[in-house]
Amino acid sequence: MIEPLVRPRRKNPLKRTRLPLRPQGVRSRTAHGLTAAAAEGRFALQVCLDCNTVIYPPRDACPSCLSARLPFRDLARGGTLIAETTVRTTTDPYFRERTPWRVGTVKLDVGPVVVAHLHGDAVEGGRVRLELKLDKSDSAVVMALPEKDTENMADDPHLREMTCDPKFRRVLITDGRTSVGQAMAKAFSDAGASIVFVGLADPWKPFSGMDDLRKIERVEIVPLDVTDSESVTELAEQNGARIDIVVNTAEHIRAGGIVDRHGLTIAREEIDVRYLGLLRLAQAFGPILRFRGADGVNSATAFVNLLSVHALMNWPAYGSYSATEAACLSAAQCMRAELRPGGVKVVNVFFGPLETEWFQTVPPPKVTPAALANAVVRALQHGLEDVFVGDVAEDIRQRLAVNPKALEREMAN
Amino acid sequence: MTVDLMAFARAVANGDIRVIDLTQTLSQEFPTIVLPPELGQCAPFRMEEVSRYDERGPAWYWNNISLGEHTGTHFDAPIHWISGKDLPNNAVDTINVAQFIAPAVVIDCSRECAADPDFALTIPFVEQWEARHGKIEPRSWVLLRTDWSKQTYTDYAALRDDGAHTPGPEPAVVKWFVEQRDVHGFGTETIGTDFGQGQHFNPPYPAHFYMHGKGRFGLQCLTNLHLLPPKGAVIIAAPLKIKQGSGSPLRVLALVAGGDV
Repeated sequence: MIEPLVRPRRKNPLKRTRLPLRPQGVRSRTAHGLTAAAAEGRFALQVCLDCNTVIYPPRDACPSCLSARLPFRDLARGGTLIAETTVRTTTDPYFRERTPWRVGTVKLDVGPVVVAHLHGDAVEGGRVRLELKLDKSDSAVVMALPEKDTENMADDPHLREMTCDPKFRRVLITDGRTSVGQAMAKAFSDAGASIVFVGLADPWKPFSGMDDLRKIERVEIVPLDVTDSESVTELAEQNGARIDIVVNTAEHIRAGGIVDRHGLTIAREEIDVRYLGLLRLAQAFGPILRFRGADGVNSATAFVNLLSVHALMNWPAYGSYSATEAACLSAAQCMRAELRPGGVKVVNVFFGPLETEWFQTVPPPKVTPAALANAVVRALQHGLEDVFVGDVAEDIRQRLAVNPKALEREMAN
Repeated sequence: MTVDLMAFARAVANGDIRVIDLTQTLSQEFPTIVLPPELGQCAPFRMEEVSRYDERGPAWYWNNISLGEHTGTHFDAPIHWISGKDLPNNAVDTINVAQFIAPAVVIDCSRECAADPDFALTIPFVEQWEARHGKIEPRSWVLLRTDWSKQTYTDYAALRDDGAHTPGPEPAVVKWFVEQRDVHGFGTETIGTDFGQGQHFNPPYPAHFYMHGKGRFGLQCLTNLHLLPPKGAVIIAAPLKIKQGSGSPLRVLALVAGGDV
């Protein structure tokens, strides 16, 4: 059984902050098939189309029949831990600071034997379930978890290296004025975040939900306007060193296309709130997050982008909005490369139409703010990087994978 | 008559004429008018640093700013309102510049507004003011002192479920100002020249409708009106020369004879 995580003591301000290190992160192009699965929380290995052999580690030719037709397929993740060992010393700087470290060999029910990191409750000879995780270098590794959930399971220090669990961490929700921002504050408070900073622009402008927001445990309202560089910088200067997760809830959702819209005022607002807002947050909070990537139990760990799934394929009814979301997605890809040295994940959460005022005329299925917020928390708890929330988002993901051109045509109708 | 401009300059320099700043600082935090969110919005003041003696510009500090024509303390030109759209010289770049300097009367209703944020200025109220201070001379700015500029931003914007609750003029008194008193324009401390609930008047937003319909001007988000005498101040309010601009943020100065305050 895992010892429950203890709320970290206040940091000694005179102590040096240890710098983040990363495990070896180089993977072959083929091996990134595992990265893609790990990013979404799937368990996938290569399966030979010619002889059905399940292959691990990833290869360019089937070890059984030499076929090159080896697509990744989602597979059952059950197996037996057949042997384990504990690494007590190593020359690798990342693992040196984290020994003892248990690893083992797992015989998968679907065939291959894999070398896996071991959760503390995975027992030699016992049943385990394998998960592909992104480690601190954002590369896929296999972790063996006990077959059934155990008490305090998420508190296992090895597992916590692979996740961004909000428990005992301090989160910044950038905009508390929206129903998504309010649902997010509630979800993070419930998930055990030790402080939930909630940004609020134009405090002189009343909004519904203010009283309920203030009542959420451990919520601290802070002045923040993502359209105002000075405001973003000030908050980062004051509180940046005690913010471990940033969730950007600033939104600007308006219907309207590119040709079929009158003027650029709304487009400028969209870009200012969403794209430039993201850049302001990234420049203000990114460096300190990256610096604090190994700062103890409440190390900096994630920057969460809430993105319309139409960042991936334009929805002409909300065409200008979609284009702005696409710009944010591109920026997020850059941020991933830039924050990776600190072991800080950039989590992109794609959603379809929300059950909120600005999607009033859009028929269901729609994503409720609470569902979106819970998906964000779950993604962090599992260490995911790309998340699709709701039926519309999942549908678009699948159609995009099959035939992007067909999807483009269909979105116009 | 010869005018001794040098005497004027000396009086300003030695304080015989006091210069009072009626302008709010352009800042990111200062409230901007709020319209229903589906309508076009006035941009708030924003500032991006271009360089600050650093690698982006080693020996100099400067900013790029963005804002709307109606952000912060600003001037409204007749072209701003549909009633003034066809008047000649109705935009900030074409208004005769001599009109940017004019005397002002200050009607103090700060006590009434403290008691009632929905205080509406009426003709009888102004007639009582005239009984004390004399008739409003033609081509004078009428400045409404409400002390609204002294409020917190929340009370300043005063937004409730049914919109803003801030003082302003009734339709009849605006029409009377223009037709019976030939005023130069109307200035307020509040976010607009109109009553907070002015959309329910007939016509809606009368300060805009009547003033601009007759080619008169507006000033809003003023401050320091409590430092002005009821009569005798001269206002310098020159908007930026924006091509076909509907208005402009500006520095509003009042000249007051030393003995007047």
